[in-house]
Amino acid sequence: MGEAAIKLEGKKKSTFMDKVKEMLPEGGNLNLCLTCGACSSGCPATGIEGMDPRKFLRMAALGLDEEITHTPWVWMCSMCQRCIYVCPMKIDIPRLVYFARQSWPREERPKGILGSCDMALKNESCSAMGASPDDFRFVVEDVLGEYQEAQPEFAEMEAPIDKEGAEFFLNQNSREPVTEPDEMVPLWKILHKAGVNWTYGSKGWGGENYCMFLADDEGWKHIVATSIKQARDLGCKVYLNTE
Amino acid sequence: MEIASIYQYYAKWIREGRLPVSSDWNKDLKIKFTVQDPCQIIRKSYGDPVADDLRFVVKSIVGEENFIDMTPNKSNNFCCGGGGGFLQSGYPDQRRQYGRIKFDQIMATGADYCIAACHNCHAQIHDLAEHYGASYGTVHLWTLICLSMGILGPNEREYLRDDLKEVNVFHPETAM
Repeated sequence: MGEAAIKLEGKKKSTFMDKVKEMLPEGGNLNLCLTCGACSSGCPATGIEGMDPRKFLRMAALGLDEEITHTPWVWMCSMCQRCIYVCPMKIDIPRLVYFARQSWPREERPKGILGSCDMALKNESCSAMGASPDDFRFVVEDVLGEYQEAQPEFAEMEAPIDKEGAEFFLNQNSREPVTEPDEMVPLWKILHKAGVNWTYGSKGWGGENYCMFLADDEGWKHIVATSIKQARDLGCKVYLNTE
Repeated sequence: MEIASIYQYYAKWIREGRLPVSSDWNKDLKIKFTVQDPCQIIRKSYGDPVADDLRFVVKSIVGEENFIDMTPNKSNNFCCGGGGGFLQSGYPDQRRQYGRIKFDQIMATGADYCIAACHNCHAQIHDLAEHYGASYGTVHLWTLICLSMGILGPNEREYLRDDLKEVNVFHPETAM
């Protein structure tokens, strides 16, 4: 004779996972896990801090809210979504990680990510390195002039900022204008060669979005909206991600 | 407004003959390249069609016979560990532990360079080579497109190794 199943008593309390499920389409499929482990076997973050995606999801399902909202592992998962890609049930574990990040008080989230997000919110460039629209314009014009002169075949090359009616709006990772401006030149040359009508924006030119990584919804949205609005205001037809 | 990846347009402009790229420069050199599929662009946004565009561009500029794909790849590729803010999160040991899979994948190709067109990937893959003591170079896509058109100057070669510093140099007299 088998023993009777143990029945857990008490009213089920609302868990972290329940709250996340309410926010996601189809509940992020979070309760469909077959525990097959495809996620963990192909996750580069498996084993770091004794955690892996399946374990993280199972802990959430068991209501171990304290543990999953405090493990630093959520900052070591890059939310690359490979686990969803290989999951037979398409379970959105990265979004669970995202909300676990968000459960950290903002000032206790990793300083580097926090600082880069705050830099981007400092002015209208939305650059994680804090470069202002004037800084950006100065560097672009300076480098452009230098190359137009040194390489006469490119005397007509352009790197416009806020050109009305340009077909393409390009963003630019801050690393180039701030730390290695010569690296912008090959991109401009390609656009020149192909005869592309393009522009940067004085607002929202920064191509990176550390507020997204910080799980700061407002900041994330602000950066995206600033950049897209600038592209729309200039009448551009294509928003081109340069990386 | 269309939101696009520049890989799609590089491929389109090459197909339309607007970018006169060539892989002739590498015919005899036979320098081998692999490419990183950025999660954000490929798996998370546009999928395999843009991964195919990326490969079309790479093969057009380095030669089909000089391109070696990683395994797995495209939408099934491994994240390098530079994404999600990891580069700035203050956990460098864990970041490199994470990146070990990517490092081994690159080494298994035997390529001389890994092309990383995303800045997070570029920084991480570059750091992995230094940390684990490998000699592969980490290069942006735009550098090689210009190299293949013969318009890459001496000061635009920060991420080329010695094997390519002197190849097809445009206006060598401007070297600083």
